[in-house]
Amino acid sequence: MAGFILRRLLLLIPILLGVSILMFVILRMAPGDPAVAYLKLSSIPPTPSAVAEARQTLGLDRPILAQYVSWLSNAVQGDFGVSHVTRRPVIDDILHYLPATLQLAGAALLFTLIVSVPLGIWSARYKDRWPDQLVRAFAFVGVSTPNFWLGFLLVLLFSLTLKWLPPMGKGGWQHMIMPVLAVSFMSLAINARLLRASMLETASARHVLYARLRGLGDRQVERSHILRNALLPIVTATGMHVGELLGGTLVIESVFGWPGIGRYAVSAIYSRDFPVIQCFTLFLVTIFVVCNLLVDILYAWLDPRIRLNAEAAI
Amino acid sequence: MSVASLDARASRRRMWRLPIRDSWAVRIALFIVALLAIAAIAAPWIAPYDPDAVDLARRLQSPSLSHWLGTDHLGRDELSRLIYGTRVSLGSVALSIVLILALAIAVGGLSGYMGGRIDQAIMRFCDCFLAFPTIVLALFLIGILGTGMVNVIIAIALSHFAWYARMVRGLVLSFRQRDFVLASRAAGASRVRVFFEHLFPAIMAQMIVLATLDIGHMMLHVAGLSFLGLGVQPPTAEWGVMIGDARPFVWSMPMLILWPGLALLLSVMAFNILGDAVRDRLDPSLHGDHQH
Repeated sequence: MAGFILRRLLLLIPILLGVSILMFVILRMAPGDPAVAYLKLSSIPPTPSAVAEARQTLGLDRPILAQYVSWLSNAVQGDFGVSHVTRRPVIDDILHYLPATLQLAGAALLFTLIVSVPLGIWSARYKDRWPDQLVRAFAFVGVSTPNFWLGFLLVLLFSLTLKWLPPMGKGGWQHMIMPVLAVSFMSLAINARLLRASMLETASARHVLYARLRGLGDRQVERSHILRNALLPIVTATGMHVGELLGGTLVIESVFGWPGIGRYAVSAIYSRDFPVIQCFTLFLVTIFVVCNLLVDILYAWLDPRIRLNAEAAI
Repeated sequence: MSVASLDARASRRRMWRLPIRDSWAVRIALFIVALLAIAAIAAPWIAPYDPDAVDLARRLQSPSLSHWLGTDHLGRDELSRLIYGTRVSLGSVALSIVLILALAIAVGGLSGYMGGRIDQAIMRFCDCFLAFPTIVLALFLIGILGTGMVNVIIAIALSHFAWYARMVRGLVLSFRQRDFVLASRAAGASRVRVFFEHLFPAIMAQMIVLATLDIGHMMLHVAGLSFLGLGVQPPTAEWGVMIGDARPFVWSMPMLILWPGLALLLSVMAFNILGDAVRDRLDPSLHGDHQH
């Protein structure tokens, strides 16, 4: 198992290097001169001499490989350059805004798992009866609902009409309820659907039939013979959901005025502040990739078939 | 095969269907999609007003006989804007899908066909794309390219194509050794001809299933980006833009947010139902939730 984890950890390095190279190449291939963009943000008229000077300051006159290597060696030391707009080191801003985003996305992930698992179990247990119909109808609407729109509906209902919850901002737990609901709605629906299908599939497996033949009760069969196996696809799906939840959080932050990295990134994208965009993207990719690594490890640990194979392979 | 086991198979296949009986759910979905298509194509003839005509004297009006869904903060007719919005939503997603399929078949096909080092290199290249959450990659690309509809289409296409390319490669690999392909090669058909005559139709069928399942998801992406002000730009009538425009009036005119959201919800639902139905019909082997 330790070998498996180590190998997966080492695999992170080429992936992240690849991502950073890809980003660098896209950045340099893009239309428009970064030097001109830089001057625009600094409100300096882009005269030929100013552009040449900016190219030199930004290091754009050097070969692209040299640019990448120096960017990388700075990045490894935590230096992602200076925002063209605020003139502050990008990393400071990112680290300032990131915790709020992670808090919201993390709460949404927790909420997704806590709610979707019982829903899925319930739906599978009462297959084709009303609880199942209800969960499926909910899941069906859930996968089609635009999250930012749902955010407004929640504000209309809980803040404007019922006056139960604050419509904006970050503060106590009351501030988190609506953003978490809006962010997790779709993942929740997908998960409930997935668990239901996975449970029904497992229920027709031979080991379940055998457990029933041994005279075990419905609930015990469900708990120890169906659910444990059926949860495996949910573990895999959770890795994917992390991406959706992070992405959803970026959008939802703007609805609820949540002071996270989403709003910061949107304004950077709007003003084409390249160092910020680059750093923000790399951070989110890293979080996503690391979460998926954790999911893989968890999966291998839960499923002895994979764990033992991995050990045999070493 | 006994009648009982046939029944069991049928019920297992029904398991994924919707809560409503599938035939009429699919029919309603088809009806909605047809309506959307008509609205998109015939917008100039159906829409009662010019979607961009500002009339400040008639701003923020409630629904009336002359403005069925009311007017927005610039006095523009809400219904006309909704109808024109269909064009942008469907059009941008359709173009994205065309771009994705072209990229995926080129990249995935090359990878599967060449094999060896080229295949490895292309797959590692795709892995880099797959390491991004789709919306984060889309945001990055828009940050580089700038906002606007064309750039959104490019961003959506580039943030999705790697999934499809990987699928195309897998299909090419699985078909390459099949008898009908080998027979065709043995009979002297060139690789290119084998590709277009035998592999391409089979790959396309699968790609269409995947793409149909993704339409709703992509519509949400386009609307979400436009809502943030990073996608289609105002004053263009687009559903996400309309929701963004209506934000300051969420207290006074919540309907301005409800209509475009409802249009989006219904369209995404219709395409999701259709996606499930197409999957069941064309490819019963692809089950489970397809998602990114």
